Amino acid sequence: LDHGTGAKLSRELVERIAEALGDVYIGQMEDSALLDVGAGRIAVTTDSFVVTPLFFGSGDIGKVSVCGTVNDLAVSGARPLYLTLGLILEAGFPMKSLLRILASIRAAALEANVKIVAGDTKVVRQGEADQIFINTTGVGVLERSPLRAQAVRPGNKIIISGNIGNHSIHLLSVREGLGFERRVESDCAPLNGMIDMLLKSLPEGTISCMRDVTRGGLCAVLHEFARASGHTLQFHKERVPVTPEAVMAADMLGIELIHLANEGCLCLFVDEAHAEQVLGLLREHPYGRNAAIIGEVTATPEPRVYMVAPDGTRTMLEELYGAELPRLC
Amino acid sequence: MRETRRYRINGIVQGVGFRPCVHRLARQFGAGGWVLNDSDGVLLEVQGPGAALDAFMDELVTHPPPMARILRVLRVPASEPEVHYEGFEIKHSVDLQRTETIVPPDSNVCEDCLREMKNPEDRRHRYPFINCTNCGPRYSIIYDMPYDRPQSTMRAFRMCGPCEREYHDIEDRRYHAQPNACPDCGPRLEARDRDGQRIDTPDVVRFAIARLREGAIFAVKSLGGFHLVVDAANEAAVRELRRRKRRDAKPFAIMVADRESARRVAEVSHYDEQILESPQRPIVLLRKRPGVLSDAIAPRNPNLGIMLPSTPLHYLLLEDPGLQTLVMTSGNMSGHPICYDNESALTQLRGVVDYFVLHDRDIRTRVDDSLVRPTQAEGLGQPMLCFVRRSRGYAPYPIHLPEPVGSIVALGAELKTTVALSKKSEVFVGQHIGDLKNDSTFEAHTDCAKHMQQLLSIRPDVVACDMHPAFRSSRAAVERKELRVVRVQHHHAHMASCMAENGLTGKVIGAIFDGSGYGLDGTIWGGEFLYGDYREFTRVGHLRPLYLLGGDKAVREPIRVAISLLTETFGEEAHRLELPALADLEAFNREVFFKMAAKKINATPTTSMGRLFDGVSSLLRICHQCEYEAQAAIELEALLDRDFQMLPPLAYSLEAQEDRLVVDYRPLIRELVEELRGGATPDVKRLSRRFHSTVVDIIGQMCGRLAERHGTRTVVLSGGVFMNEYVLVNALRRLKELGLEPHCHRQLPTNDGGISLGQIMVAHAQSASAELPSSQETP
Ligand SMILES: [Fe+3]
Ligand SMILES: [Mg+2]
Ligand SMILES: [Zn+2]
Ligand SMILES: [Zn+2]
Repeated sequence: LDHGTGAKLSRELVERIAEALGDVYIGQMEDSALLDVGAGRIAVTTDSFVVTPLFFGSGDIGKVSVCGTVNDLAVSGARPLYLTLGLILEAGFPMKSLLRILASIRAAALEANVKIVAGDTKVVRQGEADQIFINTTGVGVLERSPLRAQAVRPGNKIIISGNIGNHSIHLLSVREGLGFERRVESDCAPLNGMIDMLLKSLPEGTISCMRDVTRGGLCAVLHEFARASGHTLQFHKERVPVTPEAVMAADMLGIELIHLANEGCLCLFVDEAHAEQVLGLLREHPYGRNAAIIGEVTATPEPRVYMVAPDGTRTMLEELYGAELPRLC
Repeated sequence: MRETRRYRINGIVQGVGFRPCVHRLARQFGAGGWVLNDSDGVLLEVQGPGAALDAFMDELVTHPPPMARILRVLRVPASEPEVHYEGFEIKHSVDLQRTETIVPPDSNVCEDCLREMKNPEDRRHRYPFINCTNCGPRYSIIYDMPYDRPQSTMRAFRMCGPCEREYHDIEDRRYHAQPNACPDCGPRLEARDRDGQRIDTPDVVRFAIARLREGAIFAVKSLGGFHLVVDAANEAAVRELRRRKRRDAKPFAIMVADRESARRVAEVSHYDEQILESPQRPIVLLRKRPGVLSDAIAPRNPNLGIMLPSTPLHYLLLEDPGLQTLVMTSGNMSGHPICYDNESALTQLRGVVDYFVLHDRDIRTRVDDSLVRPTQAEGLGQPMLCFVRRSRGYAPYPIHLPEPVGSIVALGAELKTTVALSKKSEVFVGQHIGDLKNDSTFEAHTDCAKHMQQLLSIRPDVVACDMHPAFRSSRAAVERKELRVVRVQHHHAHMASCMAENGLTGKVIGAIFDGSGYGLDGTIWGGEFLYGDYREFTRVGHLRPLYLLGGDKAVREPIRVAISLLTETFGEEAHRLELPALADLEAFNREVFFKMAAKKINATPTTSMGRLFDGVSSLLRICHQCEYEAQAAIELEALLDRDFQMLPPLAYSLEAQEDRLVVDYRPLIRELVEELRGGATPDVKRLSRRFHSTVVDIIGQMCGRLAERHGTRTVVLSGGVFMNEYVLVNALRRLKELGLEPHCHRQLPTNDGGISLGQIMVAHAQSASAELPSSQETP
């Protein structure tokens, strides 16, 4: 790539991008996109994506860039409609790779039923960026009242929609050639379809709140909700959905699955009476087949997270303290 | 010529029959006067001929009551004008609120009580809670000081007439014996099945003996907590206990009735006997006689942990000639603190035991069994006692310092934690608490710190803790906003602890070897040579770093350390080495570990000497996976069979790096690998001995050079690695041969159980030389 400077080259690049995105790109190449979002409230979120490696078994940085933003909108209760796409390319980044990434952006946008309405592309000198950075901003409409972490209350059941930790392990394994990548796949997926299905099938208020489990893993999500709700959250270690392969890999690597990132996994806080129903609905959906009720919010007015072992002993979980240092003497 | 003298006596002098003893001696030597308890201890005035008074004091100091510990005897001015005493009396105690006396540790049942217990005519015949002023529970049942019945868990029992009379009779052995009780008014035993249902039996002890003889597993409430008990002679029962406790390897302690029975199962020297029979009744590591008891009790270990009975109940359980040896292991699930109340025992241990022996005397403070190892070796002079765990019988007895350090609380490290509190020149070191990662252990730790402050009426103004940012004790310290926090480097604390125990004050060389500790540079240290004093230190040498593949996981799986050692030594070639140890791993796992080692994926660098032992243990195929802490190193040492003979060391090199000496282990690994690939079956016993000899040689070489460079001859050895008897004994000998003055721990464990004392010393030295930050000056 040497398309950062010359006006013509630059325009050509943008055109190639628009072409690759095809019908999901409805930008007009003007200064701003004008959108019709109806009369309701809108939700906006933005995220920048830096992924190593760029391409992995079940996806790439393009797919992650769409799913991450779509999922952030969807968990707030919004219906994602539009994305913007910002690309920062390192000079010399192969066009073939770019086209491959754009193809998967397109595929993910199609699946998530969102349009890309504006874009920006910068090419920087070698060393100023690492191959490619992507930023997406998403806009969605709120057709119901938004889901807020403060709504989480004692008695809520905690549901996880899929196996945890796989995305991180998959990526690490591809990056370092550890050999787990064929056994542990990334779960990267747009979840708005599944979330929409849930919210449509359930009376309002059944789901107190939800979050996509990304960086920091399940542990970070639970701590966020413990703080926001001011209550104690506890979950049962053996009920957390995991694949034996991920458990083995985490064990060998000496890392904890509850601290690892996903890209297609939800953590839901659900009214107790409807927990089984929610679980049933999730399990019928392809992205929720391994869903499980893992714990509950207890009335203790202390922002704590406890993990209960199969023998009944509770351990208070700490938020990860940077990289975990060995403590054993 | 009649004289009047007044003495003040400090130490453990209250609640241990001190005043009656003074009273008895005074009359024996024909002295008049009085004795009383006050907030400083005991104050007494004696009147009589000078020679008689000399003899009186001599006798008192050399033969105080068994549970008493005299710290200081001070002659103070006598009353004026001089009065003439007709006799000797015990005066009323004065001002006991601001107590300066020391809480007595728990003690074993005394001979007098035992005699009564065995006497069918005695009203306490076979009574499992018999005690007197000279024996019985103390620290474990005390809520608060001054030590009085209503301040102990005995407040739940009201003394009957006869007990009350004994309690008030100065001539009686039970004069002011706070836990005094009898079958009519005191605590009672109770048997339950595993579901917690009461078992109706006229004699709980006989019921227990009968079931134990059939191979049943019991939980028995002892003095400081529950024990899991089986007949040690019943191999199937021992194995069943291992299965239910999910514990394959960690040695179990046993209890035998007396020294003769101990001699049947182990080698017992005269010195060992003294330790076995001491009132603290620790578990004593003694060389086992092979083939007497099942190997399942202490697998792959030359020692047996043996203790003699400490409570009357223990004696009763051993009264049947058909049941002579009991396995007595701590009543907990792995990783959890020992149960000490009936309810939690009934819930936590129901999956492990068939029956419970409970009683209704509550335990206020959980106190584990103490574990010690006596060592006798040529060239060391006196026999040495090494504490592995200092708890029941010893805690919270203080360590005496040559100089006062003020009031500081120290919170220890993360594993084997103890709390220490200082007051003037005494440091009170609390009972073993354990691994703080566990919530219930952490609660015990917090409680211990509070309880000790209350018992000893110490209000600390400084809190000392470890530098590790993630240690729970350290974070708790930071939350104590009212206290000034001093974070002490882990190995500096080890060094200072050993210095303090030995009364050292100048600059020393410290050879500090352990598993891990947070270093000044944020990495994990553990094979360190320090130079310094209480206030400061310089890191003057260390082991070349190795890598923990998967962090803490590598501590439990030494094979990971072995792979790191091989990778550091052989680079790219490492994974092509054909070693039996590597063949023990599945190919896939081996590849992953080698990649982690080569690319440093989740691989934490450490200079830990403990890990070097682990890695070598795994290379020799002694232990690839640890079920309990330091298992790999313990089993590697076990191959030496407690024989201290040295062999030529393996190769290693010392490299000057910046201003430090770095011990390069790579030549050692290279030599080991060559031996292991030699074709013939490797002689692992010999290789273990050569490795151990190498570590001794490293200590000698390093300390020799460092001592010369820094112009000091004093060396302290500390850290968990010095639990290794062979290394300790030979390092002491070697350093002496080199003309140096080596010191090791004698009163506290050399592992992290001894850290809290060192933290106090460092915190004192550092706060004495630094101004309080202004933000801390608000009241
Ligand atoms: Fe240590
Ligand atoms: Mg985001
Ligand atoms: Zn007694
Ligand atoms: Zn009585």
